Amino acid sequence: MAEAKMDRQDRTRGGRAEERTRTPVAVQQSDARVAASHPATKAEVQSLNFFYGKLQALKDINIAFPSNRVTAIIGPSGCGKSTLLRCFNRIHDLYPDTRYEGRITLQPSGVNIIDPATDPVEMRMRIGMVFQKPNAFPKSIFENVAFGLRLLGEKRSVIEEKAERALRSAALWDEVKDRLKESAYALSGGQQQRLCIARALATDPEMLLFDEPTSALDPIATARIEELILTLKEQVTIIIVTHNMQQAARVSDDTAFLYLGELVEFSRTTKMFENPSNKLTEEYITGHFG
Amino acid sequence: MSDFRRIIAKRKRQDFVFNIVGIVCTLVGIVTLGALLFNLLSDGLARLDWTFLTSFPSRFAARAGILSSWVGTLLIMFVTACAAVPLGVAAGVYLEEYARRNWVTNLIEINIANLAGVPSIIYGLMALGLLVYQFRLGQSILTGGLTLAFLILPIVIVATREALRTIPQGIREAAYALGSTKWQVVRHHLLPYSVGGTMTGIIIALSRAIGETAPLITIGALTFIAFLPPSPVKSAPPFVSSEWLFSPFSVLPIQMFNWVSRPDQDFVVNAAGAGLVLIIVTLSLNAVAILIRYRVRKRIKW
Repeated sequence: MAEAKMDRQDRTRGGRAEERTRTPVAVQQSDARVAASHPATKAEVQSLNFFYGKLQALKDINIAFPSNRVTAIIGPSGCGKSTLLRCFNRIHDLYPDTRYEGRITLQPSGVNIIDPATDPVEMRMRIGMVFQKPNAFPKSIFENVAFGLRLLGEKRSVIEEKAERALRSAALWDEVKDRLKESAYALSGGQQQRLCIARALATDPEMLLFDEPTSALDPIATARIEELILTLKEQVTIIIVTHNMQQAARVSDDTAFLYLGELVEFSRTTKMFENPSNKLTEEYITGHFG
Repeated sequence: MSDFRRIIAKRKRQDFVFNIVGIVCTLVGIVTLGALLFNLLSDGLARLDWTFLTSFPSRFAARAGILSSWVGTLLIMFVTACAAVPLGVAAGVYLEEYARRNWVTNLIEINIANLAGVPSIIYGLMALGLLVYQFRLGQSILTGGLTLAFLILPIVIVATREALRTIPQGIREAAYALGSTKWQVVRHHLLPYSVGGTMTGIIIALSRAIGETAPLITIGALTFIAFLPPSPVKSAPPFVSSEWLFSPFSVLPIQMFNWVSRPDQDFVVNAAGAGLVLIIVTLSLNAVAILIRYRVRKRIKW
């Protein structure tokens, strides 16, 4: 925990300049021209293999996720995009017979997220996640946002202040400020999903993982979430898994295309959608399969 | 065309026939219960008054009451709940949330399901050997309460697990994703969200235990007792006393059994009165269970 706090201070003080000097390895490999204009790397995935029992779901993945940007992971069902995302907060650890190989280095602290010696509880406090289905707790709206802060043992006044800030960041404050004590289940699906985003934001995470966050929502609620994601990248590095390619094109700066557990292409989103370098990517994007 | 209609008419006839069969089957259960209640009411209602509730049993049917047995039932149920609820809920939570799935836990699971089906008198025998002879707890309220706790433990465990299973996995993942430890997930989420199902299971289990006779007779409950256990509350410090735990006892169903087996018809009427009290207590317990379930369901919909 102490480490997490120090890290955050680091980021706000002198950390930035140091981040900029680091060159992401994978980007260099795929597109040197893009790499030059890229900001610092937030998380670097190196030779990542992941296994469900004997089944290998991810094969030698190498991606450098840039800081304060939105990176989309796309690919057909079962390609391993959610599996990859769920490595970042070690949620796989909840299930038996799962195994990681390789490294996911979180910068600037340099901690290897998937190292068995790394505490998954700490990683989950530093990296927030928003799930496919809105999964608000059956508690009050306030208690939902406050929960992460309560885990940190924050004081009441701090909790109230940070909860409000998180709800504002999630563009939900004006809709709920007069009914914080009401059950979260009184909110609409889209509001619940924004509440889940606020809940994840409340503890100032370094990264935010979105696992198909709009697949259970209507187009209007989807548009609001997408808008929100674009504003949030100012404060936090975002990875979003989506099966909706228009969504990837709309919200992301960079896109990774996964197929059968392998990384096929990783490049700037504009390039990926206008001029993909891989034949397979082109076929997927143009709807020939998937 | 007419062929079509003929086939439809035939299928509708089948529908109608099953409808009738269903109604008859349902009525068999309801009518039996109604007749039973009516019988008890007509026999026992006249006997049910304040003196009946506040008198000790007696050789004279008219003076006999159920004071010692309803107090016994109450105290036994208290001990049973105190022992079975924490043990059962903790075991249920462990098996559902903590234990790894392997052949040992599978074996335990199968055996818990089996335990729920063991005849209650077997529990009486076990308690007689273990609690009365081995641990020398005597033929006391403590022994009786623990015996019934063993009896309902599997039901409480199963109910807890069922209740935990209704909580969507997404809720667990959400709680873990915020950095909760397993205990925090259990304490702040799983237990509160499953309380409806767990409480319902516990109350159903208690209402089964309240009518148990065989295991208590096996461990040596009295059938005739004309004094109350020492009070758990004292006027002098430390104000509470555990002496009552070691007092002999009787319970309502044993009192009933005792009265029914007498030749004198007046005692059978007494038994009906005691039975009425027992049924009222059981039905109110079930009503509480329904109320809890209703209130929790209103708050939590997955």
